[in-house]
Amino acid sequence: MGYPTQYRYTKEHEWIEAKGDTATIGITDYAQHELGDVVFVELPAAGSKLTAGKTFGSVESVKAVSEIYAPASGEVVTANGELQNKPETINSDPHGAGWLIKIKLANPADVNTLMDAAAYEAYIEEKKKEASA
Amino acid sequence: MNEKIRKASRHTNQNEGLIFEKSSPGKRAFELPPLDVPAVDASKALGGAYRNEGVEGFPEVSEIEVIRHFTRLSTWNYAIDLGMYPLGSCTMKYNPRVNEYVARLAGIATEHPYQPQELSQGCLKILSMLEKCLLEITGMDAITLQPAAGAQGELTGLLLIRAYLQKQGNPRKRVLIPDSAHGTNPATAVIAGYEVENIRSNADGQVDMAHLHEQVNEDVAALMLTNPSTLGIFEQQIPKIAEILHAHGALLYMDGANMNALAGVTRPGDMGVDVMHLNLHKTFSTPHGGGGPGAGPVAMKKILEPFLPVPILVEKEGGRLALDFQRKESIGRVRAFGGNFGVLVRALAYILAYGPGVRQATEDAVLNANYIRKGLEGTYDLPYTRPSMHEVVFSDAIQKKHGVNTMDIAKRLIDYGFHPYTTAFPLIVPGALMIEPTESESKEECDYFIDAMKAVAEEAEKNPELVRTAPHTTRVRRLDEVRAARKPVLRWKPSVKRSEAAD
Amino acid sequence: MRYLPKSPVERQEMLDALGVNSIEALFSSIPEAYRLKKPLNLPGPLSEAEVIRYFEARGAENSLGYSSFLGAGVYSHLRSVVTDAILQRGEFLTSYTPYQAEIAQGTLQAIFEFQTLMCQLTGQEVANASMYDGSTATTEAVLMAERVTGRRRVLVARSVHPEYREVLRTYAKNSGLTVEEIAFGVKGTLDINGLKSALKEDVCAVVVQSPNFFGAIETLAPVAEAAHSAGSLLVVAVAEALSLGLVKAPSEADIVAMEGQSFGLAPSYGGPFVGVVASREKFVRQMPGRLAGQTTDQNGQRGFVLTLATREQHIRREKATSNICTNQALCALAATVHLTLLGKEGIREMAEQNLAKAQFALGELEKIPGIRRSFPAPFFNEFAVELPRSVKMLNAELLKNKIVGPFVLGSAYPELSKHALVCVTETTSRAEIEKFAGGVKAALESPL
Repeated sequence: MGYPTQYRYTKEHEWIEAKGDTATIGITDYAQHELGDVVFVELPAAGSKLTAGKTFGSVESVKAVSEIYAPASGEVVTANGELQNKPETINSDPHGAGWLIKIKLANPADVNTLMDAAAYEAYIEEKKKEASA
Repeated sequence: MNEKIRKASRHTNQNEGLIFEKSSPGKRAFELPPLDVPAVDASKALGGAYRNEGVEGFPEVSEIEVIRHFTRLSTWNYAIDLGMYPLGSCTMKYNPRVNEYVARLAGIATEHPYQPQELSQGCLKILSMLEKCLLEITGMDAITLQPAAGAQGELTGLLLIRAYLQKQGNPRKRVLIPDSAHGTNPATAVIAGYEVENIRSNADGQVDMAHLHEQVNEDVAALMLTNPSTLGIFEQQIPKIAEILHAHGALLYMDGANMNALAGVTRPGDMGVDVMHLNLHKTFSTPHGGGGPGAGPVAMKKILEPFLPVPILVEKEGGRLALDFQRKESIGRVRAFGGNFGVLVRALAYILAYGPGVRQATEDAVLNANYIRKGLEGTYDLPYTRPSMHEVVFSDAIQKKHGVNTMDIAKRLIDYGFHPYTTAFPLIVPGALMIEPTESESKEECDYFIDAMKAVAEEAEKNPELVRTAPHTTRVRRLDEVRAARKPVLRWKPSVKRSEAAD
Repeated sequence: MRYLPKSPVERQEMLDALGVNSIEALFSSIPEAYRLKKPLNLPGPLSEAEVIRYFEARGAENSLGYSSFLGAGVYSHLRSVVTDAILQRGEFLTSYTPYQAEIAQGTLQAIFEFQTLMCQLTGQEVANASMYDGSTATTEAVLMAERVTGRRRVLVARSVHPEYREVLRTYAKNSGLTVEEIAFGVKGTLDINGLKSALKEDVCAVVVQSPNFFGAIETLAPVAEAAHSAGSLLVVAVAEALSLGLVKAPSEADIVAMEGQSFGLAPSYGGPFVGVVASREKFVRQMPGRLAGQTTDQNGQRGFVLTLATREQHIRREKATSNICTNQALCALAATVHLTLLGKEGIREMAEQNLAKAQFALGELEKIPGIRRSFPAPFFNEFAVELPRSVKMLNAELLKNKIVGPFVLGSAYPELSKHALVCVTETTSRAEIEKFAGGVKAALESPL
């Protein structure tokens, strides 16, 4: 699966797509693959405040829980309610219908400090090499 | 069937639904003696609290159906009574039947915890005898038998430490836990109000002393150490670790889960340990029963004694035993009543059967683990090569090359007539195979096991798919855990009748 | 030693295979200074017959031959021999926690049936695979309410079992929870006005027990209404689970914490017992303890697995919902077999006998001048009475007649110094009740 070039990425494997002062956040294809079949997602309610680098929710597989870290600071506008009934969407379409939350960015310029698609792909290549070494 | 499978053969077991699906109104499996006092109108006596309709959904079956139902279910379980159950760190040893017998005796099973102490001298003597035996085995000064299991023992131990430090003015903030520790250690530390700091293991699987030095300071309340570690390796630096902690006013907690490697050979109390718990359902043979009940006594040095949970057992003049509830500095209760007495009875029966010969059990347990290690070294990767005590940890590094992991090997072992070892733990060994045979295995059973493990390794190389899709001989195949977790079905519900559904 | 399956020759063969001279060599990693030089000072070894003799002798030093009127959280009930016959099958007795589902379907299905029975009894939607006992289940229920609401103040009725409250305080002390107690009123049930004035929007749970420690059945609806109007959860503890054969299920509760000892488990001087936490489906991910769930295998066959394991300590480590690993599976199996034997009719009939005998006993005691019922609230098999003199002195007299008298309420409630908590179950015969009442009468008539 390709990594959309209009998204930015974190080392904790979240993606963020900013449009003006709002942004959509999800986890990457690499992250869903590492985690395996997602069975449950815990997301913040609308109005919750996010701080860049701090956890805001978690994604669970059968035998693991993975914290999700905020790529940028802001306030939650809405969470993806579909995921409560169909958490598997995160596995099938992580960069699209499997989005987690939409936020109002505290500082839209912050997003540009994150990795772009090329940098992220290089980063996960490095990760994969480490794992097989 | 593979001719290398020597121990197991297919056997027929029967299908059986849920008990609720067998129910038919009017059947019963239990009759009471006739009521010998006037009957009472419950709706009048209870008023608004009266349960009009009875317990909706309760089964209605006969006695023979109850016997068959649970007997059929039982045949779907593997058990120590069937063969080796080499779950690492779980110490699945033989559960002597006489222990079951004595725990059910009239005068033992029938006793009420609030009956007068002069009518409980037999129970109190059992508790007192067990306390003395466990103190002798651990080399400690004081003990509580109250905690209901190992995890509650851990909590009790940390609360004792907390109370002790508090009395000196500061309960402190952090508990250090090696990265090889069992998951209960960090969970317990948090419940006791501490932050957890991980301590790394070094290349030998021992505590990384440099990292310990770096982390220890006057904020640290204790270090929780499992010894032998979950790698089955004796932590040789333990006296030194105790010294470092004590120099900073912190205490050393020992998780006694692996005491089966030490009983009769060495004593934690002699090595600087301040407080530890024992798992009676591991070292002292009380049955696991599919996941409990256990018991987790906590033994400690004199300095912690004032803080023991209430009540404590005391000896009065003339040898009369009594319970003392008046303890000002006590951490309080961790469980109602005195603890899992029935489990304590079984543990004492085990100790009495061995006496000082408990050392022989330890020796045989260590002998078995080393024999299996020798038999499988080379076939399976051994990431830590220091001498093994009661268990040995391999990894699936060799088999992984063929796309077979520790879980696959474990599942294939079932087809050979064994319970799997512990998979994927400790976390510091990727793809771990943690094998603890215990002293209860004969040389013959160990040989069968080694042969089975070698045969699986060969299959992993030549026919990996066979291993990846195992087990092949069980009643059910690998179960869909994802489905179970996504849409949890946690209870039976009557199916909606067709006529109702149509409405 | 009869439990060890190796001959000296086999031990030697194994040492030879390892290439070592003696067993000592295998312990070389233990520093010499710490290796024991002499055998442990332990009694034994004892043969099987001697082990039995030892415990029979201890049993003879206890209360054999006495009638008892003690309850207070531990109850004597009839148990079928069938329950022990099933429990002693090695396949149940000597198996581990069912992590390897393919060879643990027996245990897993039995747990699933246990969870179902507990839901049916409590009127709740989900029940866990069991906890240590009623006291720890109550504490775990409170910690669960804390996770659900994010609040840290607990209101617990004083009429909850004193030892349950002690355990709650031990756990609360270090986890930042504040525990406050709510008094009981003249009826022996929760003082609802006291509750209302203490309830604020910072309370995570209101904890009541029903039947409560005095045997009185609480009226739950107004308690639930008060708790919910403040956004708090109602936790209902049940110490005498048999009451649910006749008493309405606590379906108003958000969490039920129950002690299941009455279902096939002997008093056994206080344990092992079996606790349960049951609740609403929407809170299931905040529940403590193990859960068995239904699923299918690759051939579409029904099977069971431990599920929602990500709540547990071995995965969450320091973020786990509880540090408990064991689930008292064998005790839960005892309850499952026992309740299956009783069935829908049996549990009702057993409960009816308890009620009838307790009513009869109260009637006999009320005939004695100077004795009156402490509280007017309805009760199940346990009730409190006020005596004209000390309960301890009465009990000392009763003991002479081989009767273990009632629980001394003054030991836990100083204001109830002359009150006794009398328990009568289906195991108490009419003759025993009459002898007890006669003994009480005689004791009260005798000069001080």
